[in-house]
Amino acid sequence: MASKLESLCQNLQNVLTDRIASIRTAGGEVTIEVAAEHYIEIARILRDHPDLRFEQLVDLTGVDYSAWGDGAWKGPRFAAVCHLLSVSRNWRLRLRVFAPDDGFPVLPSLVQLWNSANWYEREAFDLYGILFEGHPDLRRILTDYGFIGHPFRKDFPISGHVEMRYDPEQRRVVYQPVTIEPREVTPRVIREENYGDAEHG
Amino acid sequence: MAEIRNYTINFGPQHPAAHGVLRLVLELDGEVIVRADPHIGLLHRATEKLAETRTWLQTVPYLDRLDYVSMMCNEHAYVMAVEKLLGIEVPIRAQYIRVMMDEVTRILNHLLNIGTHALDIGAMTMVLYTFREREDLMDVYEAVSGARLHAAYYRPGGVYRDLPDRMPQYEVNKFKNAETVRRLNESRQGSLLDFLEDFTDRFPACVDEYETLLTDNRIWKQRTVGIGVVSPERALALGFTGPMLRGSGVEWDLRKKQPYEVYDRMAFDVPVGVNGDCYDRYLVRIEEMRQANRIVRQCIDWLRKNPGPVITDNHKVAPPSREKMKASMEELIHHFKLFTEGMHVPPGEAYAAIEHPKGEFGVYAISDGGNKPYRIKLRSPGFPHLAATDEMAKGHMIADATAIIGTIDLVLGDTDR
Repeated sequence: MASKLESLCQNLQNVLTDRIASIRTAGGEVTIEVAAEHYIEIARILRDHPDLRFEQLVDLTGVDYSAWGDGAWKGPRFAAVCHLLSVSRNWRLRLRVFAPDDGFPVLPSLVQLWNSANWYEREAFDLYGILFEGHPDLRRILTDYGFIGHPFRKDFPISGHVEMRYDPEQRRVVYQPVTIEPREVTPRVIREENYGDAEHG
Repeated sequence: MAEIRNYTINFGPQHPAAHGVLRLVLELDGEVIVRADPHIGLLHRATEKLAETRTWLQTVPYLDRLDYVSMMCNEHAYVMAVEKLLGIEVPIRAQYIRVMMDEVTRILNHLLNIGTHALDIGAMTMVLYTFREREDLMDVYEAVSGARLHAAYYRPGGVYRDLPDRMPQYEVNKFKNAETVRRLNESRQGSLLDFLEDFTDRFPACVDEYETLLTDNRIWKQRTVGIGVVSPERALALGFTGPMLRGSGVEWDLRKKQPYEVYDRMAFDVPVGVNGDCYDRYLVRIEEMRQANRIVRQCIDWLRKNPGPVITDNHKVAPPSREKMKASMEELIHHFKLFTEGMHVPPGEAYAAIEHPKGEFGVYAISDGGNKPYRIKLRSPGFPHLAATDEMAKGHMIADATAIIGTIDLVLGDTDR
């Protein structure tokens, strides 16, 4: 298994050379990061090169890094993370690309390369507001018709902004600002390293 | 001459064959589908966002509610991702229990799929037969976890508790007389493993019954052969996994190719289809049930002979036993911290995938070192399958839309998350 990861890393280095921004192996998984301008080109090579042959896009997701580590994050805010799978070579790869502009995140679309990207990109657009250039049909997918905002961004509250109820006077369903108080039972904490180890007091 | 134009109809969201709340907008030319546009999200509960506000352990029961016909498999991928991040080992007995319960789940899922798929396209009887066997397996779920559906049985580090020594018994009531109760309880006299072994003895004959009803049934074949054909190349490009991919003739099964837990010690075969139509996918699922039955039997044999711990003894991840907790201050603190603050997962990211009955179910977890996940992405198998409905349904008659929805084994809880 280890040799397989090494040969995958070696092949990636040989084929993509300096276009990879970083390559990392952790827990039996290889992650590469690429710049947005090389994204499509690299994706095409990953799919078609005989030493790589990633025929399948298993997953594509948006990530909002803005709250990472309680404000420890320094890089761009939005990323798209793809998980690729090669059925013929039996290996996996994680491909991460950051959107250059935090205020208006745009990335090229992978639909032409892997058709399964279609709905995944719609989902990332719906939930994170990442625009995919060249996508044939970039509509919202999971949220309600007429929904405002991108709910999975870290600044979107878990209770949302509006709630829906039936108004007996107007005799129709109305939207109104949420009336529930957000409540956090367990606060989010990040402990320092070696917290709770016996020898560290 | 009259002007002829396409018209659009809504299929669902309250259609019984939509398997939940799928709204399918069909553009029709006469009775032929020109375009199928599935509108999903009516069952979207933002599980991934909720997970960000819960501790790592509190997320486990949410996973049951995704694909509510194969509950334990969802938990499995999640706990595997957490274990990968934590870098902990799972006791071998827990791995066998997980494999066994995964295969029980696979049978449960395929029984529901084949039963309702047949029901959708006109074979009323099937669902009555398959639900009979499902009931036994539901009892297995209930015996191990206490719940028929939402088990929350797998925990990071193992499974919640060991398999029970006795099966719950039926009691006489106004619906069941003494004779019925005696017959029902006959196989429930021993332990859970005895009950499950008795089930695996009976089950191949049950699959034969389903096959006599469907496999050579002329109407069933008319409704499924040549419907929704997907070539192997397209299946890969569309992100198909599981029986959908194997039905198209690609031999790909994570249990064989990237074995997790103890699947590398199991003897089983992977069925592969030829034509990539609804009928082949049905045959693949039937054979998978027989193979799952084989795996369950192997696990029963091993579990009988090898007692041992079923959850890790790392008390930062798994709670200590009640006795220890009440006798030792250290363990009491562990217990208290685990259930209030929760476990801390080292920063990093992990993707764990399992061969879910519907395809590849993956959990991509990002941790920033906190007691809650930073981001959980659930890769549900039904999502890309449903995305391909348009391509599969194009050019077919409107009645075939039901066959195609049935064959992709759609569960909206899993697709919408």
